[in-house]
Amino acid sequence: MEKKIELLLSSSPFLKQQEDTPAVMRQVIYSLLPAVLAALWYFGISALMVMLTAVSFALLTEGVYNRLNHKKQTLHDGSALLTGLLLAMTLPPGIPLWMAALGSFVAIALGKLIFGGLGSNIFNPALVGRAFLQASFPVSLTTWVAAGSLSNFGDWRGPAFTIPFIQEKVDVLTTATPLSMMKFEGHLTPLNQLFLGHSAGSLGETSALLLLLGGLYMVIRNYINWRIPVAIFAAVMVFAGGLHLLNPEKFAPFYFHLFSGGLMLGALFMATDPVSSPITHKGCWIFGIGIGFLVVLIRTFGGLPEGVMYAILLMNSVSPLLNRVTQPRIYGAVDDRHKAKSKP
Amino acid sequence: MIKLFGKRLPTFSHGIHPGDFKDLTRHLPIERMPFTDELVLPLSQHLGAPSRARVKVGDKVQRGQLIAEPGGFVSIGLHAPVTGTVTAIEPRHHPGGKMVEAIIIKTDPFSPQTFYNEHSMEWESLSARELISLIQHGGFVGLGGAAFPTHVKLSVPEGKHAQFLIVNGVECEPYLTADHRVMLENYEDLFLGIRILQHILKVKQVYIGVENNKEDAIEVLRKNVPGDMACEVIALETKYPQGAEKMLIEAVLHREVPSGRLPIDVEVVVNNSGTITGIGQMFRFGQPLIERVVTVTGPGINRPANLLVPIGTRLSDVLDYCGGLKDNTRQLLFGGPMMGTPQSHLDVPIMKGTSGILCLTENEVVVREEYPCIRCLRCVDVCPVSLNPSRLGSLAKSRDYEQMLDFHVMDCVECGSCSYVCPSNIPLVQRFRVAKGLLREQQARNKAS
Repeated sequence: MEKKIELLLSSSPFLKQQEDTPAVMRQVIYSLLPAVLAALWYFGISALMVMLTAVSFALLTEGVYNRLNHKKQTLHDGSALLTGLLLAMTLPPGIPLWMAALGSFVAIALGKLIFGGLGSNIFNPALVGRAFLQASFPVSLTTWVAAGSLSNFGDWRGPAFTIPFIQEKVDVLTTATPLSMMKFEGHLTPLNQLFLGHSAGSLGETSALLLLLGGLYMVIRNYINWRIPVAIFAAVMVFAGGLHLLNPEKFAPFYFHLFSGGLMLGALFMATDPVSSPITHKGCWIFGIGIGFLVVLIRTFGGLPEGVMYAILLMNSVSPLLNRVTQPRIYGAVDDRHKAKSKP
Repeated sequence: MIKLFGKRLPTFSHGIHPGDFKDLTRHLPIERMPFTDELVLPLSQHLGAPSRARVKVGDKVQRGQLIAEPGGFVSIGLHAPVTGTVTAIEPRHHPGGKMVEAIIIKTDPFSPQTFYNEHSMEWESLSARELISLIQHGGFVGLGGAAFPTHVKLSVPEGKHAQFLIVNGVECEPYLTADHRVMLENYEDLFLGIRILQHILKVKQVYIGVENNKEDAIEVLRKNVPGDMACEVIALETKYPQGAEKMLIEAVLHREVPSGRLPIDVEVVVNNSGTITGIGQMFRFGQPLIERVVTVTGPGINRPANLLVPIGTRLSDVLDYCGGLKDNTRQLLFGGPMMGTPQSHLDVPIMKGTSGILCLTENEVVVREEYPCIRCLRCVDVCPVSLNPSRLGSLAKSRDYEQMLDFHVMDCVECGSCSYVCPSNIPLVQRFRVAKGLLREQQARNKAS
């Protein structure tokens, strides 16, 4: 051989599937786009500003943290962007923007970075941010405006530019979400309205149909484990349906629970976060059933009209335990040795 | 994904579909490579004890003559692939990466290169023990790549019994077509080899497992199965790593080899189709294992081919014969892309276990950034042994090798499916190999102390 060739030495395998983690994150963001567009349609400029604020502060928090700690920059993996966007989708359109920014900071800093960054967090970061806001500013987080349409895109739906911590509440024309109408007034919102999203609620709580479209895409492309949303839906149907059968006057039918509030967003985009959900299929079934059960429990018997966030966060905390007890049987397992023994 | 329409072919559970890349050489008939001027024959071409040289420097050897004898039970004979002179016995570059003692033979350019031992052997009258010894001295190892001595697999331990022989014609490694061509062109020798193995093992039933990306081979084999042979050709769904012994047994017989045990524990013996064909040839022509079919392929080679190469031919000679490498070649592998070994020296010899030479260019060799594990479950979904590569990966990263035992790292078949699918580009199987090596060393130390 006369030509000089530089040969690379590495270890097999030498074939690699092309799609990497940033690509997966991008695809999940694309799957969220139909619902994002719906939010813009219904809540106009306010929705846009909430999203921009949440996303940019999520990126800022992670970027500055990496810079200060001399870590490799991780913004290009897309996870901070996704967290910011998901947080925005859980917020009411009229929320003061500084709260959205603060929520984003908490989501990234306390939800993700202190655990060690992407892949190490126990809880869904977006929901950590949302839980923090809910606890700190309960009024702003439950001030809802009615859904509009593209014709009033430019109308502000709330006190977007209030001064942080000074002015929390400004009088706006508010309305109730389908869940609070059900809970406090016993009023049932019609199904078609829920399905298409023409109802009050958080940015991503509107159109069940568009969220389902995105979810279906993710299932087909194998970005999420279909067992989780299916288990959630099934548990909600069984539990809420059972209650409705017992007392149709008092308890809402199962479809109301399925298509109202944050259930679709939570089941398809939050509970399926691979990092904070179990790694075994059996674990995912239990995880989903637990969420569905808790959602109905909180919504029906708790003090709050909505329970998706707490249901997911609670089940996130049992994921490691579920992983431990649901290790699958390996090929050729001789006896029950396949159960991973706990090491002191 | 689940196939919704049509009949599903048998296969194992999990696994991956990396694409087969076999079109480069699928249709090329086996071509005999000319003898080169010098051959390098490492005394350790197989798993087990090295062979013992029986020749000295300066000895004249004839093609097919025994030049090294088995160095123990798990060891084999080695034969001169050409007629010529032994010029040296010294350490040379070995495809495994080390320097290994090798016999160097200079080819006699004037020899007609006929066999040393050219008479067919009467095998029907021989006992199983005699046949096994002939196969050991004939130098046979698994030609699929692992190079495990064949006679060891055929020696069924006392108290155990083989009911089934599975012929492994799967060739699930992408790019490789050597077994495919051998089954297509030398099926008569394959069936003779099967008869001899039946005679040794006294098996009831023989299965030939072939993936359905080799439809022509399936057809030819089905048409030519001897009428009196209890032998069924099974078309399998194309999926990696079906050629792994355990996976093939699952696909064909729906049996699982218990963890830490051997196929014979579920009454099965598996052998590579190329190996069995070689055994058939030995008993037909008297030719021991001195040459093998090697697929020379990949985007980096100018003329891909299925070559019949004398064992010991240098890699550089094979590449030259195939028109040389393209300028952008970055990686040379012995074996397929999923489990092959990269080569750093062009003077390494073709060995008994070399099923292919894969030449990858800078377009295929991409160094990718590693991201944190996001526990996406893809590795769990593909692991053919149902391990939890994600968990094992994080344990390996923190060097918690002890706990990896609890997660069954020793059951890993090292197929690399987990590394293939990982979107975070984590070198999972690479770390498991290291962990297994260290754990084995530790176990050996514990036993010693």
